[in-house]
Amino acid sequence: MQAAEVRLDGVSKRYATQWAVYRVSLHIERGEFFTFLGPSGCGKTTLLRMIAGFMSPDEGIVYLDGEPVNSVPPWKRNVGMVFQSYALWPHMNVFDNVAFGLRERKLNRREIQRKVADALRQVDLEGTEERRPSQLSGGQQQRVALARTLVIQPRVLLLDEPLSNLDAKLRVEMRLELLKLQRDLGLTTIYVTHDQEEALAMSTRIAVMKNGKIVQQGNPREVYERPADEFVATFVGQANFFSGRVAHCAGHIIDVAADDGLMIRVALSSLSILPKLGEVVFLTIRPEAVAIHEIGALSRNLNHFDGRIAASAYRGSFVEYEILAGGRTIKANVVNPKGKAVFQHGERVSVGFAPEDITLVPGNSGADLEMRRETADRQVN
Amino acid sequence: MAVSLAPTFTRTRDRLDWRQGGIVAFLLALLVAFILYPILRVLWISLSDDAGNLTLLHFLNFFRRPLFRESLWNTLQGGFLVVFFSAVMALPLAYIIARYEFRGKVLLQTAATLPLVIPPFVGAVALQLILGRSGMVNLILMDWFDITIPFMEGLTGVVLVQTLHFFPFILLNTAVSLSAIDASLEEAAQNLGCHGFRLLRRITLPLMLPGFTAGSLLTFIRAIDDLGTPLMLNYKNLLAPQAYLRITTIGMDDVDGYVVCVVLVILSLTALLGARKYLSLAEYASVQRSAAIPRKPHGKILALIWLMIGLILGMSLLPHIGIFLLSFSKVWSFSVLPTTYTAGNYVEILFRAPHFVINTLIYTLLAAGLDIILGAAIAFLLLRSRVPGRNLLDAIATMPLAIPGVVLAVGYLRVFHGWDFPGLGAPLTSSWFILVIAYTVRRLPYTVRACYAALQQVHVSLEESAQNLGANRLRTFAKITLPLVAGGLVAGGLIAFVTSCVELASTIMLVPRIELGPISYGIYLYMQSPLGRGAGAALGVVAIILVSIGTYLTHRIFSGSAGRAFKI
Repeated sequence: MQAAEVRLDGVSKRYATQWAVYRVSLHIERGEFFTFLGPSGCGKTTLLRMIAGFMSPDEGIVYLDGEPVNSVPPWKRNVGMVFQSYALWPHMNVFDNVAFGLRERKLNRREIQRKVADALRQVDLEGTEERRPSQLSGGQQQRVALARTLVIQPRVLLLDEPLSNLDAKLRVEMRLELLKLQRDLGLTTIYVTHDQEEALAMSTRIAVMKNGKIVQQGNPREVYERPADEFVATFVGQANFFSGRVAHCAGHIIDVAADDGLMIRVALSSLSILPKLGEVVFLTIRPEAVAIHEIGALSRNLNHFDGRIAASAYRGSFVEYEILAGGRTIKANVVNPKGKAVFQHGERVSVGFAPEDITLVPGNSGADLEMRRETADRQVN
Repeated sequence: MAVSLAPTFTRTRDRLDWRQGGIVAFLLALLVAFILYPILRVLWISLSDDAGNLTLLHFLNFFRRPLFRESLWNTLQGGFLVVFFSAVMALPLAYIIARYEFRGKVLLQTAATLPLVIPPFVGAVALQLILGRSGMVNLILMDWFDITIPFMEGLTGVVLVQTLHFFPFILLNTAVSLSAIDASLEEAAQNLGCHGFRLLRRITLPLMLPGFTAGSLLTFIRAIDDLGTPLMLNYKNLLAPQAYLRITTIGMDDVDGYVVCVVLVILSLTALLGARKYLSLAEYASVQRSAAIPRKPHGKILALIWLMIGLILGMSLLPHIGIFLLSFSKVWSFSVLPTTYTAGNYVEILFRAPHFVINTLIYTLLAAGLDIILGAAIAFLLLRSRVPGRNLLDAIATMPLAIPGVVLAVGYLRVFHGWDFPGLGAPLTSSWFILVIAYTVRRLPYTVRACYAALQQVHVSLEESAQNLGANRLRTFAKITLPLVAGGLVAGGLIAFVTSCVELASTIMLVPRIELGPISYGIYLYMQSPLGRGAGAALGVVAIILVSIGTYLTHRIFSGSAGRAFKI
């Protein structure tokens, strides 16, 4: 069957008095790998279940290929779902599990045999037909669940945190395998996860969710490099935050007097709305964009401040620092080329970052930011 | 169990093992004396001739006698019919309990446990009054339509009484199994195009099979070993009453009685072994992430649910109503309702002949206490020690599941009759203590399981951390283990108490003298004469109250999951 496009139009779902999903609208193109990313309880699984048909929205409409499907039961949607728990039936062997959907579709025996064999080959599980799910490893169970769903050639593939039960190494392997399968088959895929790394690595587009609403939609680069707000900036990767007043404006170059006494120069992207002089703004900068030098070393960065190493963690491919500068901490991740000196705790250093690497975000609230900074400081002390 | 004792114990280990070995040896001796040996004696008598040689002659004779052949056939037929009708009643109710949420659901859950509080032979008498040849319903039918329906005649009556009494076993076990099915297992099937009846057949039913099998097995075994119901209904062509009659009327030396006993054990064992395959599947229901959210039924479905609740609640209350009315009646025969009412029956059993009630309390509480001690000891050895022989202990302690009460009683009479028990100065069978022993043994499998389950909840690290902080073995047990398992142990004892209160099969064979008889024996005696029926019913009401209290307390401890109390 042809991959389908999915459209949600003002979809809402209420549990008791709480909105689990509130007025979500989006359009997922044919063949896209679309991810709902968010913390637990943000409504991402509820959205997925509404697309699968296990729940019906209280408001709004779900469209599959332009057709409203709100009242179509799950068994008539031909939307394949891989469950977080895999949901393999323990009373059936691998073959029967995979053949289930084909038998429901009344295919003849020869065709079922051929298709199940193909599906198992696709996921590298030939020869396990007679085994029970309990005799398989976690990764194998995962692939049986995938084969069981793919074999019916669904028009949309739904994946509910499918990798969360695998160990770290296997997770990365499966991630690539899944991606390859999806691209080969050209399947429209909707993926639910709370793992930002997974989302960034796999998706063509990401919808970051919080409290039942979509906070930002965009491709991985947009979401990471231009987070729509503070929540996105912290949930997708780490970030340093500054709040302050605009002290000087010159076209797309502005100077911000940060609350902690630092003066920061920002080069805004051409898309940004220009803030007015004296306006309160919030700035984020990713730790990997922060550079550290020995005091006195020449820096090309316009923004640089003296500080002291408050904490460091050696992470192999990079070193994580927290630097106390101007009464606050700044996080910095420094790529770790062999032989380069690692700064010691308490060492005086100079931190700097380029004006182009700073993103202006519409902050949720100043108080929120204060709280975050305080907790960050407390962690350091 | 993969959990082993912490290495900190190695220094004292030898002494501990020696002590535990002593306990195992003592327990083994007890269980062999009161379970294994009596059964083997029964088996040996049925398999040997007068000269002491092995022979199958007695079994050939068994199959040559038409009466025995008929009894065997009736027993099998009865057992399967009871399971079948119980399943028909229980399955829809189990589905409703597990999958729907509605006002008044508690009524359904109560209805599901009500039959368990009335002993089947008491229910038999009550149903006789309501559905019997000259009972309430048939008198009315006679009046209006000039017909009667033989509800209570022969095997039909036995099956009817047993079905109404035993269907909760299937209901509770199945409901537990059903509500343990992970919701995503059914959703995955729906996602692949399966729904409605096909979903039920291909996914839901196979997944609830372990619970259903456990319930059916329990029902089958209890139905074929039930002696009270056929005796009360005066239907003797079944194996249990045949064994009883052989031994009590022809005598202890009648080989046929023993052969019938062995055939009964073989039936129970076959059922147990046959069901094992499905029971072992029970593991998979336990890896659960999220159970299905109960639905709220509306309209036609809600109406249907209430219709079924009404029907089944009505049916399962019939015996209770009957026995209650009878206990207050002075004269009740050939009339729809009693003609004269009196409180005299209660005066009789509470003041003139109070020993039935008192004896019951003494015997059953003692048996429950012994069961807790034995059950806890066995469970402890199974889970926390590596002493050899502990699995044998478990195996023997489980055997009574497949040993009908009649058979155990026959074994005891054979082994303990005619020689003075050391320290007693008389044969064990002439003392009331033989009843306590019989009750203890018959309920031991349940208490062992209850204790095992309770102790299993206490992870060994909880004990180890107490020892790590300086508490010795005894203090650890008193301050950590005991408080955590106490609820489970008490629940196990309550199960023993509740079921012993209404135990009849071994009781009527083992009661040494009338004044030493418990309630069940009293009911049986009173019911023999039409004039005593009122007093018998009053005793029945007392039994119902005792069992209700015990059941209620068990539920409180298991906090609602009633099924666990009656699981195999």
